[in-house]
Amino acid sequence: MSSAQVTERQAPPAKREITTLPRFSDRVFRGVVSLMSMSSLVILSLIGIFLAYRGFETFRSQGIHFLTSPDWLSETDASGKVIYKFGMSAMLIGTLLISIVAVIVGVPLSVLAALFLTFYAPNSLKKFFVTIVDVMAAFPSILYGLWGFFVLSPMAEYWAKLINKYFGWFPAFHVDDPSFNSSPFIAGLVLSIMIIPIVTSVSREIFSQTPLDRIQAAYALGATRWAMIRTVALPFGASGIVGGAMLGLGRALGETVAVYSVLNIVYKINWHVLYGFGGNVASMIVSKWGEASFTEAKALLAAGLVLFIMTLLVNMGANSIVTRTIKSGR
Amino acid sequence: MNDENTNSQGDDMSTSTPSVLSSVAQNRAAHHEANSAPMGSGLEARGVHAWFGKHHALENVSLDFNPGTVTALIGPSGCGKSTFIRTLNRMHEFIPSAAMAGEVLLDGKDIYSSGIDVTQIRLKIGMVFQKPNPFPSMTIGQNVLAGLKLAQLKHDNKEELLEQSLTRAGLWNEVKDRLGVSAGGLSGGQQQRLCIARSLAVNPKVLLMDEPCSALDPGSTLRIEDTISELSKTMTIVIVTHNMQQAARVSDYTAFFLSDGGPGQMIEVGPTSEMFSRPRDQRTENYVSGRFG
Amino acid sequence: MTNLEASAVTPLTPWKATLNQRLFTVLLLAVAIALSYIVVAVTPMKGKLAYAFLFMLFSVGFQATHAGIKRGRTAAVDAIAGSIAVAGAVLVFTPVISLIFTTIIRGSKGLRVNTFTQTMEHAAMTDPISQGGLLHSLIGTLYLILIATVISLPLALLTALYLTEIKGRAAGFIQFLVQAMSGVPSIVAGVFIYAALLLTTSLHGSTIMGALPLAILMIPTVTRTAQEVLLLVPQDLREAGVALGATQWKTVATIVVPAARSGLITAVILGIARIAGETAPLLFTLGVSDKINWNPLNGGQSALPYYVWSGLGLGSPEAIQRAWTGILVLLMIVLVLFTAARILGREKK
Repeated sequence: MSSAQVTERQAPPAKREITTLPRFSDRVFRGVVSLMSMSSLVILSLIGIFLAYRGFETFRSQGIHFLTSPDWLSETDASGKVIYKFGMSAMLIGTLLISIVAVIVGVPLSVLAALFLTFYAPNSLKKFFVTIVDVMAAFPSILYGLWGFFVLSPMAEYWAKLINKYFGWFPAFHVDDPSFNSSPFIAGLVLSIMIIPIVTSVSREIFSQTPLDRIQAAYALGATRWAMIRTVALPFGASGIVGGAMLGLGRALGETVAVYSVLNIVYKINWHVLYGFGGNVASMIVSKWGEASFTEAKALLAAGLVLFIMTLLVNMGANSIVTRTIKSGR
Repeated sequence: MNDENTNSQGDDMSTSTPSVLSSVAQNRAAHHEANSAPMGSGLEARGVHAWFGKHHALENVSLDFNPGTVTALIGPSGCGKSTFIRTLNRMHEFIPSAAMAGEVLLDGKDIYSSGIDVTQIRLKIGMVFQKPNPFPSMTIGQNVLAGLKLAQLKHDNKEELLEQSLTRAGLWNEVKDRLGVSAGGLSGGQQQRLCIARSLAVNPKVLLMDEPCSALDPGSTLRIEDTISELSKTMTIVIVTHNMQQAARVSDYTAFFLSDGGPGQMIEVGPTSEMFSRPRDQRTENYVSGRFG
Repeated sequence: MTNLEASAVTPLTPWKATLNQRLFTVLLLAVAIALSYIVVAVTPMKGKLAYAFLFMLFSVGFQATHAGIKRGRTAAVDAIAGSIAVAGAVLVFTPVISLIFTTIIRGSKGLRVNTFTQTMEHAAMTDPISQGGLLHSLIGTLYLILIATVISLPLALLTALYLTEIKGRAAGFIQFLVQAMSGVPSIVAGVFIYAALLLTTSLHGSTIMGALPLAILMIPTVTRTAQEVLLLVPQDLREAGVALGATQWKTVATIVVPAARSGLITAVILGIARIAGETAPLLFTLGVSDKINWNPLNGGQSALPYYVWSGLGLGSPEAIQRAWTGILVLLMIVLVLFTAARILGREKK
């Protein structure tokens, strides 16, 4: 009697596998959809593969100089042989410089705007403002280029002079001669406006998820609005803001047309943001493309690969931070 | 049936309220004589109404909270008791469409008058919420002192204040060795007592508790109730609860709220023992005897 | 009796600023404006920047002092923080206004009937604006939008369906890739198509080649919006469909997708708005054309952003005027698309 019970206990019923096959139409549906969803993988891989394939020759002939040398030129030596020197360090530094200006100017403004929208603005104003920010994201980059060249540049040139006058002792604000137009500073300002929509909307989304009970707890302890933001909203949103800033950085790194329109592109390293020349990788590709020989075109494709990898890494990092923050809902 | 109710209620309000208030007043006098230690401030709601947009949530509540007493607000859900308690320290206004009418007097001064600094009001009238809500980015110690940081208050001896607040909240012995640890590791009941300690650290005169035990297990509930009785020696406490036994255990006075489908109203208020033994209103009797709600 | 009493009570919001307080704030701001004028007048500071800076300084200072006197130091800090947040929002807002107004004012000067009826076949960018027009570019842009949509929509929609309906094992990974793809710079999409299809082949720039990078840029936008919209379709509807004995395919095709239809259209419109103004990839893939080209597979094409680009590059007053007019037309297209997406999106909710 008891043994029967024991054996029964020892053998719990095996879980049944559901082995029924879905209908044929569903299998086709699932197959097709799953296959097509791989398109993003295929496209991203193809971009990487083709640019690497075309750029391979340049990487091999230039080696590490491709990243470390500032010279981008082709010379004919005494024997009539063409020597190519392709180095993108000036452009890499320019990209970095412009993007840093964009982030330093654009991110605080975006965070302030997001704070205003989440915690200060009355509802009607909020809706209007959110629409404006969304529209901004859809403005063509050539519009920013045109506006940056004709409207912002003259103003920004004056600002640059002021900054140089009062803060010229700071190395980055030094200029060798008073040439303030078409500087990385101005390009960075245009980019800062271009990255505002994405940084603002990411920050706003994260701020709006600040747990209400924590906000109430702060207010119930006699906090002013700012004290609440400082102790509850900012710590909660901090990593999300970092992610949003990185998304903005990713946009800034790859911007072409707007930078090309306002910047004086020179293949020489320039660390001085206010000084009137610079460049970035994307605008270099455009500016050199027109008269590029086959060899040079391949070098430009290699530069494209560098840009692709750079933005992909920044974006992947940014997205994983943002997704983690939004999901965890700390 | 409904008509009858409304009528009788109207009569009740007009006749019974003054007598209740007077009996409360007598009680307060008795209380004062018994305890001469410093107690909380008096809080007085006069003709308080509350709206959410068009929805009239609370109608004409007048209620006195005497210094050093515990008043329980009971009633079925949706009767406006939580809305009422949130009008008492101006947390009501965080709902964007909210509106109110009437006065709330703290030591005789209207907390809604235009020259008032609302953050000062909330410092004097603390609040504990349904769900424990410690700040997760802070340690236990930082949580307790968060109010000082938030309101930029100075305090000479933070160590002492920390120990004192935690002791009053009945949590000191459990956490004294791990004040530097994140508050997230505490149990629900401990977190709630931490939130009480956090409210106490800014030395409020009145403590509002909005169903503080509804998310806790029975053991933690008992600990909190002990804390409440201990605190009532030094401050005025208002507690919303859906648990009538709890109201009976911790409070000196009980107010019964009810909504007949319209705005919530206060039906009756009185000393807790009377409210549970011989309420004057039939609806209160129905509720406390468990016939509805 | 109580009811009567209740109806006589009016709802109040004593926490909102009273008229007097608002007037006082306005007064403070007015004084700040006046003071900044005076300071600019008597000191060597000059320019819009000085006005803006001084006004900011004075208004923040006044409000903080006022709050500080009335309610203490924390209130003063709160007032400063609040003013800074408002200032940040204003600074974000100003360039948008400037962008839109500059475009309208400068662009409208070049609007003529021939702008929309003629091409540049018999005119140069530097000719007076009474000659030639952007019709060919407008048609080119519409063509590009159409082809890019046809290519990207199926891929984007199916990817979104995979993420919301099938939720397969790779869903997290695909999501990650779609996000990564939305960060691909437009110029990279352009040089990729060039490297893959044009560099070593006998193919030349054409409408279809120009549409390919645009499709790459459009896929992530459409996928992400479509995914959000599909997630809004109640789970009950899916279960109801399957419980009626429908296959998943039938349920998705006849219930889920139609339920999300207007949202999906919004997704497509937002995708179009994203690519309509793209310039960089077209420089590599579109070829050139100064007349209408109806053949998408062969011969160069023009597009509005390209028209603007070449006008800006030439730099003569007429060419610049054409650029502004072109960007005005492009901006109007984008704004119309955006408004349409908004209206459709609102209907959904």
